[in-house]
Amino acid sequence: MKKFLGEYGMVLVLFALLVLFSLLTLKRESATGAGAASRLSEEMLAAMSSKAEVFVVGAARKPSEDFAGFVAADLGKNDKVNVTQVIGTPRDLRQAWDTAEAEGNSPSLLVVSGDVLKWTILSELQGESPDLEIIHPTERMVSDFLKRGNLLAIVDRIVVIAVIAIGMTLVILTGGIDLSVGSLVALSAVIATLAIKVMGGLEACGGAIWAGFFLATLACGAIGAIAGFLVARFEVAPFITTLAVMLIARGAAFMMTGGFSIYQVPDSITWLGRGATFGVPNTVLVLVVFYVVSHVFMRHTRWGRYIYAVGGNDEAARLSGVPVKRILIFVYLVCGLCAGFGGCIQASQLATGAPNLGVMFELSVIAAVVVGGTSLSGGSGRVMGTLIGAFIISVIQNGMNLLGFDSYLQQVVLGAVILFAVLLDKARQNGTSSVKH
Amino acid sequence: MVGQINESRVTPILEMRGIHKRFPGVHALNDVDLSLHAGEVLALLGENGAGKSTLIKMLGGAHQPDEGEIWIEGEGVVIDSATAAQEAGVAVIYQEFNLIPELTVFENLSLGREKTRFGLIDLSGERQEALKWLECIGLDIDPDSKCGDLTVAQQQVVEIVKALAVDARILVMDEPSAVLTSQEVDRLFQVVRDLKKRGIGIIYISHRLDEIDSIADRLLVLRDGQYIGSGAVSETDRNTLIEMMVGRSLENEFPPRDVTVGEEVLRVEGLNRGTAVREVSFSVKAGEIVGFSGLVGAGRTETMRLIAGADLVESGEIWVNGEPVSVRSPRDAIAAGVCLLSENRKEEGLVLSHSSVDNFGLPNLEFYGRKGWLNSRLEQNEFDRYRDELAIKVAGPDQLAGELSGGNQQKVVLAKWLARRAHVMLFDEPTRGIDVGAKYEIYQLMNRLAGEGKAIVMVSSELPEILGMSDRILVMKRGCLVGEVENGPETTQKDILALAMEEPATV
Repeated sequence: MKKFLGEYGMVLVLFALLVLFSLLTLKRESATGAGAASRLSEEMLAAMSSKAEVFVVGAARKPSEDFAGFVAADLGKNDKVNVTQVIGTPRDLRQAWDTAEAEGNSPSLLVVSGDVLKWTILSELQGESPDLEIIHPTERMVSDFLKRGNLLAIVDRIVVIAVIAIGMTLVILTGGIDLSVGSLVALSAVIATLAIKVMGGLEACGGAIWAGFFLATLACGAIGAIAGFLVARFEVAPFITTLAVMLIARGAAFMMTGGFSIYQVPDSITWLGRGATFGVPNTVLVLVVFYVVSHVFMRHTRWGRYIYAVGGNDEAARLSGVPVKRILIFVYLVCGLCAGFGGCIQASQLATGAPNLGVMFELSVIAAVVVGGTSLSGGSGRVMGTLIGAFIISVIQNGMNLLGFDSYLQQVVLGAVILFAVLLDKARQNGTSSVKH
Repeated sequence: MVGQINESRVTPILEMRGIHKRFPGVHALNDVDLSLHAGEVLALLGENGAGKSTLIKMLGGAHQPDEGEIWIEGEGVVIDSATAAQEAGVAVIYQEFNLIPELTVFENLSLGREKTRFGLIDLSGERQEALKWLECIGLDIDPDSKCGDLTVAQQQVVEIVKALAVDARILVMDEPSAVLTSQEVDRLFQVVRDLKKRGIGIIYISHRLDEIDSIADRLLVLRDGQYIGSGAVSETDRNTLIEMMVGRSLENEFPPRDVTVGEEVLRVEGLNRGTAVREVSFSVKAGEIVGFSGLVGAGRTETMRLIAGADLVESGEIWVNGEPVSVRSPRDAIAAGVCLLSENRKEEGLVLSHSSVDNFGLPNLEFYGRKGWLNSRLEQNEFDRYRDELAIKVAGPDQLAGELSGGNQQKVVLAKWLARRAHVMLFDEPTRGIDVGAKYEIYQLMNRLAGEGKAIVMVSSELPEILGMSDRILVMKRGCLVGEVENGPETTQKDILALAMEEPATV
């Protein structure tokens, strides 16, 4: 049971969160689509015997506005009905009502939907003229959380963190840590957009964009490799090494841009972060490809196994002929590459390169890795766990937004989740070590 | 005063009765009794792995007995933490000192019981008290010097002073002389005699039998976790003592072997590293088992580590199968066909938090898949083959190496190196902490490997093992090879001990 919880506990947590937020954001909502409008119009016309005055009411800039438009158009085709569209606020409705009453043709039917149903003026009007019939489309239960748009927003928000978290997982598996990834995101975004600016700016071609991304990713990979070299060769503590790199990279990003954002990039730069291929958002594709590749690498290659061994017991690994130093350099290189590519995605999503991007990302990334069940002491963890961890964090943030939690409370909750994950990890470690001694 | 001393002679200040301690796969202590009187030095003797460390860790609060009682000054006590040990009046001075190198002597002395004045630490008061203690033990150390800057001998005395300062009545010293020069040892003995006069009871662990004669009053011998005997030092002669320590009948303990010695496989010339290994040269032929004997710290393990690339050679050359090889890392050594089964399998041999299959595969992954890919099924099949052959008991593919018993852990390490099919196998204390049955299996395996024409070196601190397994025995002392013995039926442990322990004519 303990083992099961250790391996799959986080999947269950994610699943529970999905169910929880789906239920909590569930609410009654009248349909506002074109189909529902024509069905409603047909029913009304069928039920109507004589000529009728009809108000179709919609709230401005809400789904009910569109719905009112659909219904008015459908009803207007029939000469039995005299349709007036009222779009706006309850005050607009009162004015329209009073005008109609003054002209002596006050409506006998009111078609409403969505938010308009909650207007208190409806019951007032019904009080004034008891014959008034209020019609609205049938209601159904809808979860805001499960809407396609919202689910994609979760992916968009987490994709950068999740990509970097792959590299971070490798680093943490060796018992290290990389604090520089947030700064590398900024540096990468700046390098990429600067390169694109140089290669044509707003008129740059697709090739220039990819060249910029490639250059930026490679540069961050090189910085990661240098950090890894320092850790491996001189045994500098990873925390300190990457803390220094974090400062250097952030400073370099500001120096390269003079502190300003770079927005002289063509619109096509957003293809990576906001575009889609065969109807699937590119961010989703990036996540799938990156995680599948890294999972296969960790499970089915020699170096993947070596990474675990270095983290589990570097001396035993060394004596078994594992090239420990090369492995260490490699994981920091990969982490730099991931941070660099994450910066490119960020630049693409925002169509901007700014030196203040990615602030505190390192902490979100580490949180995703830890929540995903990778032990900070190294040697145990799964890349796929990290993906789950990243989603848990993103889902919690998204769900709390939908429920209207304020951002301070959100931080408290996130902190509690991370603590919970670490405690779970400890419990699992104790579970195995109690057998050991 | 006289009456008091007599009384304390009657009631021992420390008694341990019927102590048992079991670790997975090992019965580390089996019904051990020990008693210690005030003002007495009791020498605790036994081979490595006899259970001495386990016993004293119980006094220090690091282990608790599974069965048995500890009585101090006539009262039963439970020592379940370092604090409890301190409260009971027991101080243990381990080989690894518990001093904080960055703090000064007086800060270390008052650590955990700082004197305060007005809520602040009373530095001058602490310094005064430290000076008082240092003077009364006759030690000329500046209480303001950092402990890390002191010599090992000085640190040791600081440890002793620390014990006195907390009013310890029982002092346990684990091989205090192992790291000292002979002048320093004399100095230590003066301190110990002074402590005796103060009525403190001392348990003294040492491998140097000469020391026992000059400092101890009584001795107690453990072997394989069992109480063997005790008596006054003056009434126990050296030969009896060695027999008590190592004397087992050797019949049937070691499997027989027919040796066909072949070509030279390993040759080492003038190996050097600091003072740990000095000008070591030897060779091993195919089918030969060469035993390395000597005291702990004589440089045997260090020599093996140099050959296996675990440490860097300062000077010297290594040949394998007649070819000189450059060994800069374990990787180089493994590629040249040299494997080391290190003495600390938990720290150096295994990744305890990984499965035995993963551990087995670690040096062998290149055999299981091409171009960096890994065929886990092939790896698992290979492991299964060795598991059946060596009778390794694992609960399943996911069982962590750390959960296995000592014998099975050692077999996993063996399997991982066997799969390398190396030419030279260096076994460093291959049977340490392993029960008798598993030992026999490992001996059989070593014989089989020798029969297959491999060159085998075995470092062991257990003399019966050295005598029972080796064709030739090399003895090391203070980093140098001091002797070579062709092993035969008439070779005795005393021959080896004489070589390992005799003081050199010139230092």
